[in-house]
Amino acid sequence: MKGWVLGSGPQSDIILSSRIRLARNIADVPFPSELHAEKAEEVIDSVRNSLSKSESTPEFKDYIMQNLAPLERQCLVERHLISPGLSKNCTGGAALISSDETVSIMVNEEDHIRIQTILPGLQIKKSWKMASDIDDLLEQSIEYAYSENWGYLTSCPTNVGTGMRASVMVHLPALNITGNMNKILQAVAHIGLTIRGLYGEGTEIVGNIFQISNQITLGRAEEEIVENLTAVTKQVIDKEKEARKVLLERNRIQIEDKIWRSWGLMKNARVMNSQECMKLLSDVRLGVNLNIIGNIPTGLLNEIMIETQTASIQRNSGKELTASERDIIRAEMVRNKLET
Amino acid sequence: MICDECGKRPAAVHITKVENGKKSDIHLCEQCAMQKNLLSLSTSFSVNDLLAGLLNSGGASQIKAEMVNEVKCNVCGLSYGKFRETGRFGCGNCYKVFGERLNPLFKKVHGNTSHTGKIPNRAGGRIKVLREVERLKQQLDEAIRNEEYEKAADLRDKIRDLNNAGKGEA
Repeated sequence: MKGWVLGSGPQSDIILSSRIRLARNIADVPFPSELHAEKAEEVIDSVRNSLSKSESTPEFKDYIMQNLAPLERQCLVERHLISPGLSKNCTGGAALISSDETVSIMVNEEDHIRIQTILPGLQIKKSWKMASDIDDLLEQSIEYAYSENWGYLTSCPTNVGTGMRASVMVHLPALNITGNMNKILQAVAHIGLTIRGLYGEGTEIVGNIFQISNQITLGRAEEEIVENLTAVTKQVIDKEKEARKVLLERNRIQIEDKIWRSWGLMKNARVMNSQECMKLLSDVRLGVNLNIIGNIPTGLLNEIMIETQTASIQRNSGKELTASERDIIRAEMVRNKLET
Repeated sequence: MICDECGKRPAAVHITKVENGKKSDIHLCEQCAMQKNLLSLSTSFSVNDLLAGLLNSGGASQIKAEMVNEVKCNVCGLSYGKFRETGRFGCGNCYKVFGERLNPLFKKVHGNTSHTGKIPNRAGGRIKVLREVERLKQQLDEAIRNEEYEKAADLRDKIRDLNNAGKGEA
């Protein structure tokens, strides 16, 4: 396991990862939805060439969507290295992923270029700096579609301006259990932020994991967006900690019971679907944070979360599996991982 | 009428389904309909549908709207009419071609109509200088207000240098 999954960043008891995504397009080239295969290839080449010009950047590996099996593509989605959208674009889609898996440059998704940096814990600012450096590097040899007035021009009007989406992946079990998530949802919407499920737009909320991100990209500077999101995230962390304290004070035995039961299931279950797995992981993660269960590194819980997802299980097994076969293997994987 | 599903609450949602030529009626209460996801629109309702809706909510007259719809991007060929349908641009040049009529949309989506963030080195050299001058001018005003004349003189020189350099390039 690499990148954010290692789980070693600041505040990583609540914040799983901090991510920046910058949307960029090449001047005078039609956006990917209107692009012929040949032209799309040229876009990939120009990104690859500009990366190779710098010695300071990490090594990048190419993932050409067309050459990857659907399972492989889905695995990249599960590890948050590419978007679900890119995994479906087989004509010209590609991703250049750094060897440490912190930088992923998606090519020919909705926009020509989408630079993504993802770090463990609360490190939005650092993530932005990394993305901006890659952006500067690419710009040395690529002329971006840019307007003095509207900033970076994107395929969808909701991204124009900075082209930036900054987001944090947060684990908020106590706020969810105490029924406070709705209040938070409403509050963040007022200040141009939004909360979504684990894999972004239109995805379900599972295992008490949420993504908080900026909604507005035009008229606010990147630093402002980063500071805003950081400040809000810190407040959400405080609220979550408060809710955890209240839970423990008022319902300690019930919380302990819930956590130990989930632990028992994880250590002993023989069949486990992915939704149950995410739920149990959330309980155990909370138990570790509250010092009820000791000695389980955050990285291990992240690893279980990623490796027990549908595509990853099948890739590890080296073949396609039915849902019920997966549930058996998932239970076995979880038991094994917790043994070591 | 009582809900077919729970048999308790009054039915509020009535659905007629035609499957393989067979017609069937379902009557559900709001709660049961919600549970069955029948009231959820998310399946065929994307951001771009919403955007298209926003674009079409202007009050322009029919004839004028039709003329505007025919404006076409000279790089990718996307017409304004098509853009209004899809809510997606075809290339960066579309922005230039559709011009200021995009501002109301940006205002609705972002609450703003101009970019204040990062400027690319290549495309934005001139804007960068202008913004830097603007920033220094503010500092200059503040220095004068605080009677820091030495600092003010320094800032004034910096502004002059930047302005001169800009002229030299152009």
